[in-house]
Amino acid sequence: MKIEFVLNEKKQVIQVDPVSRLLDILREDFELTSVKEGCGEGECGACVVLMDGKAVNSCLIPAGNIEGRHILTLEGFCKTERYKIIEESFLKAGSVQCGFCTPGIVMSTESLLRENPQPNDNEIRDALSGNLCRCTGYNMIFEGIKLAAERGKGLW
Amino acid sequence: MVEGFRPADLREALEFRSQHPSIPIAGGTDLMVQKARGFALKPDFDKPLLFIGHLPDLQQIIVENRQVHIGAGVLLSDLIKSDKIPAVFKEAISLMASPPSRNIATIGGNICNASPAGDTLPYLYAVDAILVLKSSQAERKIPVGVFITNPGKTDLASDEILTEIIIPDKKFGVSYYRKVGTRKGMSLSKASFTGLADIENSNVTDIRIAFGSVAPTIVRSRKIEASIIRKPVSEIKTAVPEIVKKYAPLIRPIDDARSSAAYRKKVSLRLLEDFLRNLAS
Repeated sequence: MKIEFVLNEKKQVIQVDPVSRLLDILREDFELTSVKEGCGEGECGACVVLMDGKAVNSCLIPAGNIEGRHILTLEGFCKTERYKIIEESFLKAGSVQCGFCTPGIVMSTESLLRENPQPNDNEIRDALSGNLCRCTGYNMIFEGIKLAAERGKGLW
Repeated sequence: MVEGFRPADLREALEFRSQHPSIPIAGGTDLMVQKARGFALKPDFDKPLLFIGHLPDLQQIIVENRQVHIGAGVLLSDLIKSDKIPAVFKEAISLMASPPSRNIATIGGNICNASPAGDTLPYLYAVDAILVLKSSQAERKIPVGVFITNPGKTDLASDEILTEIIIPDKKFGVSYYRKVGTRKGMSLSKASFTGLADIENSNVTDIRIAFGSVAPTIVRSRKIEASIIRKPVSEIKTAVPEIVKKYAPLIRPIDDARSSAAYRKKVSLRLLEDFLRNLAS
C-alpha cells in the first residue's frame, strides 16, 4: 500500500505492507532509534511518539492508519525550544537513569503540556500512566515534568 | 492477496466488505496485539484488513430525540472530553489502558473485541445500548447484549460494519462505578461493577446493575432488577442479603493470570452490597 504522511515535518511517501507497525517503519526504514520496542503490546510506552500532536503507542499502529498523519519522534522534537526546557529540567531533577524509557516519557510530557501547560500532580500521573520506568521510581520524572512546566511557562 | 484496503468513505468500505472476506480494523489496539508475532515483526492477519478508523461517518457524537448517537470510530480520549457523554461512563473509560492507547482506541473496537473485561461494556449493557450494523444492502439495530454472544464472539456478519452506538441521553440520580485492578493506570479489570438508579419519593423507580469480568459476557438480570423496582429505599437495607443471594449464582468468574475466581466473586458481591447500602443512605 502506498502511504503518504508527514514525519518530523517532512513529507514522506512509502510503499509498505499496511499491517507493518509504525514502530518498525520508524526504526527500520527511517532509522529513528529513539523509538524503542519494550513490550510490543501497548503497556510500556517506550515506543510513544506524537500523532497529530497526541501521544500514541507506535507498536499498536498499523501503517494503514498513518495516511495523512503528522508523526513526531524525539529526533524531530529535539530541535525545539520546548525540548531544551524538558531536557534541562529532566537533568536537574534526575529524571533519567538508564534512558531506555526516556524518549517515550519526553513525548508523553510534550503531549501533556500541549494540552495542559500547567498540570497538577494527578494530571501528570495520569498522562504518564502509560510509560513504565524501571529505574527512577517515577517521583524524579514527575518532578522533572513539574519543573519543565514552570521553566517553560508561555512556551506551551 | 489484498493485504489491506483504505476506503475513502463508508459506502466504499461496505462495498469492499460485501465482496471480500475482511477484518475491519479501527485503532488496532486489540487486534495488533492479538495477532502479534513478536519482537520487531509485523502481525499476521489471515484476512485482508479493512481500515475504518479514519472514516468521517464514524466520528460524530450527536444528541437527538433524547438519545446520544456515538460513531463507532470515536476515540476513547474524545469520549472522555465530550460534554455529551454521561459522567459515570466517562469515569469507566478514563480508567481504561493509558492516554497513548486511549488516543488510538475506539468505542466500536472495544465492543467488537467482545472481551468479558471490556470496560465500555457494563455501562452499555446497563443502559440497553443499541448498536447500528450496516451492510451495503441493509441496516439493522440490535441491543449490545444480543450482539455479543461469547468471549471474543459477536453477531457481526461478514458483510457488516458496526457504525453507531445509541445510548439514552439520561442522567441517573444515582451512578456508581468501581473497577478492581492491580493498579490504577494500565490495568485490565479483575472485576468491575456498574450500578445506576433513580429514586423518587423515597421509592426506587429504576435500577440497572451490571457486572464485568465475572462471566463469559457482562452479567445483568432484568428479573432481579424488577424485583427491586418500586421498593421503598428504606427497605433496601434489610433486603441486601436477599438481593446478593439472588445475584450470587450469576457471578461465574474464572481463575486466570489476573485474579482468582473466588476473589472475583467475593469482591463483585461486596461492590453490589456497597451500591445497595449507599442507595439507602
